[in-house]
Amino acid sequence: MGKHHVSATVNGDPVEFLCETRQTLLDVLRDELNLTGSKEGCGSGDCGACSVMVDNRLVCACLVLGVEAEGRNIETIEGVAQGEKLHPLQKTFLEDAALQCGVCTPGVIVAAKALLERNPDPTETEARYWLAGNLCRCTGYDKIIKAVMNAAEEMRGA
Amino acid sequence: MTQIQFAAPGTVADAVKCLADANGGAKILAGGTDLLVQLRAGHLAADTIVDIKHIPEVRTITIEDGGFRVGAAVSGAELGEHPDVRRAWPGVVEALELIGSAQIQSRASLGGNLCNGSPAADSVPAMIAAATICTIAGPDGQREAPVEDIVTGPGQTSLAIDEFVVSFFLPPRPPHAGDAYLRFIPRTEMDIAVVGAGVSLTLDDEGVCTAARVSLGAVAPRLLLVEDAAAVIIGTRLDDTVLEKLGAAASAACDPIDDKRGTVAYRTKVAGVLTRRAAAIALERARAN
Repeated sequence: MGKHHVSATVNGDPVEFLCETRQTLLDVLRDELNLTGSKEGCGSGDCGACSVMVDNRLVCACLVLGVEAEGRNIETIEGVAQGEKLHPLQKTFLEDAALQCGVCTPGVIVAAKALLERNPDPTETEARYWLAGNLCRCTGYDKIIKAVMNAAEEMRGA
Repeated sequence: MTQIQFAAPGTVADAVKCLADANGGAKILAGGTDLLVQLRAGHLAADTIVDIKHIPEVRTITIEDGGFRVGAAVSGAELGEHPDVRRAWPGVVEALELIGSAQIQSRASLGGNLCNGSPAADSVPAMIAAATICTIAGPDGQREAPVEDIVTGPGQTSLAIDEFVVSFFLPPRPPHAGDAYLRFIPRTEMDIAVVGAGVSLTLDDEGVCTAARVSLGAVAPRLLLVEDAAAVIIGTRLDDTVLEKLGAAASAACDPIDDKRGTVAYRTKVAGVLTRRAAAIALERARAN
């Protein structure tokens, strides 16, 4: 059996790629499509560094097969900024110094964006629970949460 | 590394054919939150992966005979967004929602949680307490089986190699009925149950319990339907004395492992405590309905 030919939409653009069954969506994004913003931390769905959206649902790309992407709409960290214009979350992460090594940051921003699109005015507790699937080994959680809350405020136009 | 075949059938019949053709070498892909971990770890003895999510009845929730038919691959997020299921069976919905992060909730399913065969599966004791019936497809058509008959041991199920779970039927709720599931973990989130307890009960107009089911997870090689514990509360008003006896009956049913996450004595005691507390929540919900 040869490779699967998969057509999907990634960050608004139609893409096609070839993959083997055992390649995950994360493998495909990074190795076939050269979108290396999504990181591999654990490869088992525990750390959230590979968080992406598939058909508007937040998932770990390491727990989705590449072949499952057929016909799906995928959004990654590369699609969060509009050209040179940073998303409010990206701005507050810079302003609030909410990253150290930065490996968790793409996943945290994708996950936080998903939260704020569902719930524009989360409590800090809600933000912490929603981001419980995104691990930061530099332990910068307080700054991450502060940046998320500040971005939420900015996005509400407060 | 050998290539793995992949199939994404669009009908139940085609899925059964894929399983039969693979002759025992196929694994079902629902949400993949267990399967892909096993695949990566090299623990997946499969030459074919069959993705069942293109089959409409596997992916939908419908009202049926006053109850609910929930597709085997409906995700935790989707089940939680269904207000009618949440109102009727809050224990089942909350049990599935306890599994993993927001990312996991987008994919994890009742069917996957059951068929993965873990004795610590969170949604399964809640489904057993709810008297949930599985619809299973195979080469001779479809059959039904109670959820408690599916898992036979860690990682083992009673399904034939060419069978798979299509959907679950959550029965209609009479008045004054409630359910609840509680689990104990050493932290507040993102962990595997050390003990899980599901209780479903129905009261009459005078507040006397007329029907009950009690199920325990993570305290035996398989998930338990504890009829002795249910018998303690049927015919009572679940006062404190009855709840004490309920806890004792739940503890008596335990045959747990001893590991760093919980000793035999600890798991056995916690099973009693959680069963009592779950029954108290189910009682409160039943009185409110």
